[in-house]
Amino acid sequence: MTDIFRAEGLGKTYPGVRANDDISFAVAAGEIHALLGENGAGKSTLVKMIYGLVRPDEGRMIFAGHPHAPADPRAARAAGVAMVFQHFSLFDALTVAENIALGMENPPPRAELSRRIAELSQGYGLPLNPARRIATLSAGERQRVEILRCLLQNPRLLIMDEPTSVLTPQEAEILFATLRQLAERGTAILYISHKLEEIRSHCDRATILRHGKVVGTVDPRAHSAPELAAMMVGAEMRVIDRSGRNPGAMVLAVAGLSTPAGRSEGVALKDVALRLHAGEILGIGGVAGNGQEELLSALSGEIATAPGTVMLESADLSALPPEARRRAGLLSAPEDRLGHAAVPEFSLTENTLLTAGSRQNLIRRGLIDHAAARNFAQSVIRAFDVRTPGPGTAAGALSGGNLQKFVIGREVLGNPRVLVVNQPTWGVDAGAAAAIRQALLDLAAQGAGVIVISQDLDELLELSDRFCALNEGRLSAPRPTEGLSVAEIGLMLGGAHGMEVAHVPA
Amino acid sequence: MMIDPIAVFVLLLGAATPILFAALGELVVERAGVLNLGVEGMMIGGALAGFAAAHATGSPALGFVAAAFAGVALSMIFAFLSLYLLSNQVATGLALTLFGLGLTAMFGKPYEGVKAPAMMAGPLGLNLMIWLGLAMVPVVWWALTRTRPGLILRAVGENHDAAHALGYPVRRVRLGAIAFGGAMAGMGGAYISIATVLQWTEGMTAGAGWIALAIVVFAQWNPWGVLAGAWLFGGVTVLQLRLQAAGVAVPVQLLSMAPYLATILVLVLISARQKFGRSAGGAAPGSLGRPFHALR
Repeated sequence: MTDIFRAEGLGKTYPGVRANDDISFAVAAGEIHALLGENGAGKSTLVKMIYGLVRPDEGRMIFAGHPHAPADPRAARAAGVAMVFQHFSLFDALTVAENIALGMENPPPRAELSRRIAELSQGYGLPLNPARRIATLSAGERQRVEILRCLLQNPRLLIMDEPTSVLTPQEAEILFATLRQLAERGTAILYISHKLEEIRSHCDRATILRHGKVVGTVDPRAHSAPELAAMMVGAEMRVIDRSGRNPGAMVLAVAGLSTPAGRSEGVALKDVALRLHAGEILGIGGVAGNGQEELLSALSGEIATAPGTVMLESADLSALPPEARRRAGLLSAPEDRLGHAAVPEFSLTENTLLTAGSRQNLIRRGLIDHAAARNFAQSVIRAFDVRTPGPGTAAGALSGGNLQKFVIGREVLGNPRVLVVNQPTWGVDAGAAAAIRQALLDLAAQGAGVIVISQDLDELLELSDRFCALNEGRLSAPRPTEGLSVAEIGLMLGGAHGMEVAHVPA
Repeated sequence: MMIDPIAVFVLLLGAATPILFAALGELVVERAGVLNLGVEGMMIGGALAGFAAAHATGSPALGFVAAAFAGVALSMIFAFLSLYLLSNQVATGLALTLFGLGLTAMFGKPYEGVKAPAMMAGPLGLNLMIWLGLAMVPVVWWALTRTRPGLILRAVGENHDAAHALGYPVRRVRLGAIAFGGAMAGMGGAYISIATVLQWTEGMTAGAGWIALAIVVFAQWNPWGVLAGAWLFGGVTVLQLRLQAAGVAVPVQLLSMAPYLATILVLVLISARQKFGRSAGGAAPGSLGRPFHALR
């Protein structure tokens, strides 16, 4: 195989962070080459340099036998590099055809372009209507638009930044079939991911990055997932430690909890009941949009409910707002990191004030104790290995996994009686996810009650002592996790309460 | 009491022209993702510069050219501060309005009580600026929806990060849009001093810039809607003048309030429809008012 792309000694430094350090690797024509690494390992910076969005401080790149130093993405596209972004670079208000035209140097006239889009999308088995507005498309369809935009330029190197993080398993399979087709036609594909199984089954080679440096280039099929993870993280992954848990007295009792159905989106909770003991982790599974967000809101205090529905030990919290519940010891971490759990524009110090202000005595007589707030933020950063220049950094500047560690850490260090988390490891790499899960287990071992709402069944089975399913706003009776089979869980998720199993259209 | 509808319509066209110019300019600026609240300041700047130039040269046409340049010059202050120094767009726009009003009050003193040269009538007895304003509506619509520069401008306004990721020069596109908005606002302001009032008075734009801003929202960022909004506003203005002249027993102050009340009412209706009705989300450009900062 001939190398289509080669990087030699690439380096890039941002204020406070050495993002890339002496990166050298090569991609051959016709191969699917994985770029593997934890959040913050420097994958995104590296591909942005290849695509001309970021200029390297040192080193050089060679593409198709020529020096490659694109001044901007248009130059990179002209050279034959195309990229599909992790966060889609699409325009919601524009049509599919307009979005694709924007990604081309010399787009043909509308009618001709629409015809070519229809033709190419059929050819790759990715049907798309060129006149649809992006806002009306699903995540998988949006990605098709991005991919078609790239394919219309006949790229020689296609970069894909975590493409499957937003796809359903079926959509991911279609994507891999397309990528395989492309590779067979000689296109080189640089595939960024931290999903190890995906890389092991679909990629020809993998270059592993850690802390901005290349660890090595390996054949992913010749290594087990734990071996790859160890290379990524730099040490053997910590094995989850479930020992030392013995449920104590009941800390949280929820009974007859219902929310009004008036809100336009989401599902109303219907007569939810649960009991949580000290030192116990209760896992709540279910397909997204079955009342998970509502349950968290009702427990955190964002939605007030009827008297007696939410009882912490002997105190009735049902009518209390979030801050009062926090003072009583009921803490929560919602799913949406940016905008719900944290204010993106605020520094980490300021974000700690939002939920930890009263419990940590960071606010005295109405005045903020900045030194104490900074210290607390610093302790969260240290305890949870949050990779950031410091507590003064804006929350929005952190990568997803690092912000999630911070958000969970803020609540865990808040010493809660009960902690409720929704999707604690969503979009987080393996190393960070393990750290977060361990922190939740440790918290329970120290005697707090923990509720984990998640769509990740493996996570729930790994963490929880008891498991229940949320389905159309109804919570099933809990079952001990030990001895629970996947088939039983499937039944709980689809057909709890003797309801009909959801029909899947053929 | 009789009000001749044709005469009212002709007057309406004149009354709508300053707002039509300013609102079309602001529409392009907002479609590029920038909220420039300095329209009033740029209009008053154009009103004085246009009046001064028309008075000095005796040519209304040269007056409008000078007004366009004055509007561009003022808009460039806003562009430099908001695009390159990343200042807050709302605060900077408000400052530009206050700056324009103060600056013209100072430099306008010598022109108080001076008469403007006469405008030449164009086809159908309407002056050329009215025709130009009407012609700009389809031109702006066509440029935004049917040309590649227009597509790029909308893309920049819709999602500046994505546009940047595709390699489009976000700041340069916005700079151009802001300059266009400045030129249009300047000419709109000059229409008030040169063609409507025929003299210079301090603060003579009297809130026309704010109405133009409101009309852009009213129009849901669509040039044809801007035309409708400008006519509605012009119509109410003319009608209240006529009613006053006809001696309707309503306090003059109430009638003068009518156009502004109409604007507020329309805006409330639109947001109510968005909140409770079908068209959720609205048509506002996705990146409107957000500062853009690219990490190299």
